Amino acid sequence: MPVVETPVTLTPLDAGLTDAEVRRIRNDFPILGTEINGSPLVYLDSGATSQNPTSVMEAEQEFYEQRNAAVHRGAHTLAVDATDAYEDARAAVARFIGARVNELVWTSNATEGINLVAYAMSNAAAGRGGEAARRFAVGPGDRIVVTEMEHHANLIPWQELAARTGAELQFIPVADDGTLRLEDAAAVITPNTRLVAFSHASNVLGTINPVGELVALAQAVGALTLLDACQSVPHLPMDVKALDVDFLVFSGHKMLGPTGIGALYGRAELLNAMPPFLTGGSMITTVTMERAEYLPAPNRFEAGTQRISQAVALGAAANYLAETGMERVEAWEAALGARLVEGLGAIPGIRVLGPGSGLPRIGLAAFDVDGVHAHDVGQFLDDRGIAVRVGHHCAQPLHRRLGLTATTRASTYLYTTTDEVDAFLDAVAGVRPFFGASS
Amino acid sequence: MSAGLEQLYQQIILDHAKERYGSPLREYDGAGRAGESHQLNPVCGDEITLRAGVADGSVTTVTWDGAGCAISMASASVLTGLAEGLPRDEVLVLVDAFREVMRSRGRIEADEEVLGDAAAFSGVSRFPARVKCAMLAWVALEESLLAANG
Repeated sequence: MPVVETPVTLTPLDAGLTDAEVRRIRNDFPILGTEINGSPLVYLDSGATSQNPTSVMEAEQEFYEQRNAAVHRGAHTLAVDATDAYEDARAAVARFIGARVNELVWTSNATEGINLVAYAMSNAAAGRGGEAARRFAVGPGDRIVVTEMEHHANLIPWQELAARTGAELQFIPVADDGTLRLEDAAAVITPNTRLVAFSHASNVLGTINPVGELVALAQAVGALTLLDACQSVPHLPMDVKALDVDFLVFSGHKMLGPTGIGALYGRAELLNAMPPFLTGGSMITTVTMERAEYLPAPNRFEAGTQRISQAVALGAAANYLAETGMERVEAWEAALGARLVEGLGAIPGIRVLGPGSGLPRIGLAAFDVDGVHAHDVGQFLDDRGIAVRVGHHCAQPLHRRLGLTATTRASTYLYTTTDEVDAFLDAVAGVRPFFGASS
Repeated sequence: MSAGLEQLYQQIILDHAKERYGSPLREYDGAGRAGESHQLNPVCGDEITLRAGVADGSVTTVTWDGAGCAISMASASVLTGLAEGLPRDEVLVLVDAFREVMRSRGRIEADEEVLGDAAAFSGVSRFPARVKCAMLAWVALEESLLAANG
């Protein structure tokens, strides 16, 4: 059984960006210079949404100023320019993740990408797509597998697919240390499993899941795989072919791009055999009053006028990241993640979720403060200009599994400095004293 | 520490968040009848189950179980102390008065004569994201009183 190793390494700090380079990078992000409540903004919520560099905002503005037109229709010069910009962006993003151009479908975000696959499977179950689409059809007796650490976006679409088709939904459980119980995975991924959907990196735990092992288990039973790469594509070097997944989704706004744009990667032979989800203009070849023939991927899944300017801006974001170097971003954030975990672990009354000190994690740490609710922690930090995420982070089942309802999460990006992490740690140390939480 | 934060988390609020007057929830065995309400803020997961007894037109007891931030728990505690013993209709007026302050974005300062310790929550109205926290128990009591009447 071929096992492809996820590119996970704990690289020493000096292999990544340097503090001086990060300071230069920050000049490209105007919002990072703002003040919040009288303090310099310390933005530690990139896991929710990242900030945009000037080049990304300019790409979108330049498109509207110089190239705006509908794409893939019309013969006038602007329409050709707009189409070129739109498709160049697709090529840039496809290259960024190691995909071929016809394997990258624009979506609104990762959530829509997952729903696209779920509804395409549902349509296949209803007989749409004919013989070629039979492999996507699920029904009674079939199983869909997710994990206990999924974001709601990679859980609820599968709950709904199971409810519509009669398939059953099962999950790979999470161990106390925030890793997947791989010893149970083989028992959960049964021969009747048709799809295994899981996250590459957890948005709560920071865990980087063993993609190779899970893909091997899925492939051994002939199941499709879908990887939620929202927290990995922005932060780690990505090669979809090396990971050997069938589908992969991510969101543009978490990788320096604008909101409203994301992408679905699918292996070309799968995308071309899969029935469409949204239907209408721009995705057809021949239409009569009774039926329609569909274009191959990616256009097959891009009905109606698309998010053209956002796609162009996301292309600029991918280029910005590629020019910086994703290996260096990964190494920098691994160092920041380690600093977060070690620093938080040293503060009395703080419980950090996920992998302990010295274990691989992305630049993200969620934690519980004994005796103080996450909302109050977030409010206290905001008072010092520090932006973090509080709540269940769209992962209620995982929080329930860990015996919590809400946690506080700090997440970094390539523009985060070690000084910011230290300012955050210093502020967190003041939380329990302020609220009078006794140890 | 900014003045805004200290205004938001006044000592009386921090104290009540720990004291939690009226918690835990208890069966109602008094005269008259009781109403109950469960409120959940899906944004943050704050939750409260509140039971209020009403006899002869007055609120006899308020008990509750809750999980949430300091603002929401302190608000439930303060409200319990305020409501018990008051005529039901008067409590409903207080709920409206409190709601008006909370929705004012800092424009309306609570009247301490009317709202008592609950006036300490005036600062919350400047933090729109936290207004729901402060309102949670009040909405639960309002619903409980309407249920007790029905």
